[in-house]
Amino acid sequence: MNPLRRKLLGGSASAALLAPLIGSGLLVPGRVLAADWNRSAFTARSMGDALKAYGSAAAAETRDIVINAPEIAENGAKVEIEISSNLANTRSLAIFGDKNPMPLCATLDFLPPALPFARVQLKLAESTRLRVVAKTADGKSHVAFRDVKVTLGGCGG
Amino acid sequence: MSEAIKIRAQIQGETTDIRVLMQHPMETGQRKDDKGLTLPVHFIQTFTVSLNGKPMVEGQLNTSVSKNPLFTFKARGIKPGDKLSVAWSDNTGARRQDEITLS
Repeated sequence: MNPLRRKLLGGSASAALLAPLIGSGLLVPGRVLAADWNRSAFTARSMGDALKAYGSAAAAETRDIVINAPEIAENGAKVEIEISSNLANTRSLAIFGDKNPMPLCATLDFLPPALPFARVQLKLAESTRLRVVAKTADGKSHVAFRDVKVTLGGCGG
Repeated sequence: MSEAIKIRAQIQGETTDIRVLMQHPMETGQRKDDKGLTLPVHFIQTFTVSLNGKPMVEGQLNTSVSKNPLFTFKARGIKPGDKLSVAWSDNTGARRQDEITLS
């Protein structure tokens, strides 16, 4: 346990002490983290911006991406979905939740011998349309959709 | 510091199911504790699943992936004796790597 945080939780610290703590929590990692985290795509607040930053603004709809998700999810904090692609030479899959505060949830790049398949657990803020974007070796993007109803959101607290 | 990554592989003929459990709070930065203070954002940003040292799945995550993320992947042609390793790094710069040898 971080003693400073303990102290803060104990209510003995002032807001002045808290401000730099939050600042460091948000800003320092930006310099430290691996250069390859796609910050602009992950922090985009709208679906259009997220798709553009991920380089898939012009994705064509396909039936060759399979999304298995519960029709109704009782707990938005843990919604298990299964995604796979039957498109030849699928290089990556990305999962977006239209109504999440930051739509892009995860990106997965597959290299042989891995197959373009994943089971992932997501937090969904509210009932939303999920979209999964597959990029193929020819540089093209493809997309498929799936609606999920969420009875209890996974964001608040 | 961080807890071990749990890696399980089930060889079923040609394809192998690989399950990876990364124990991490995946804090969104939007939740508040009972005193009303916002819990700082803390989440895994990148991870790599490697087979015999060669990357096979490279993932990038947002705060919207569940706490203690559990993934299942599939791969072809994995044999007993192969080594599977998983490494992650989070937004605070923390890292963790674990490896198993398939039996």
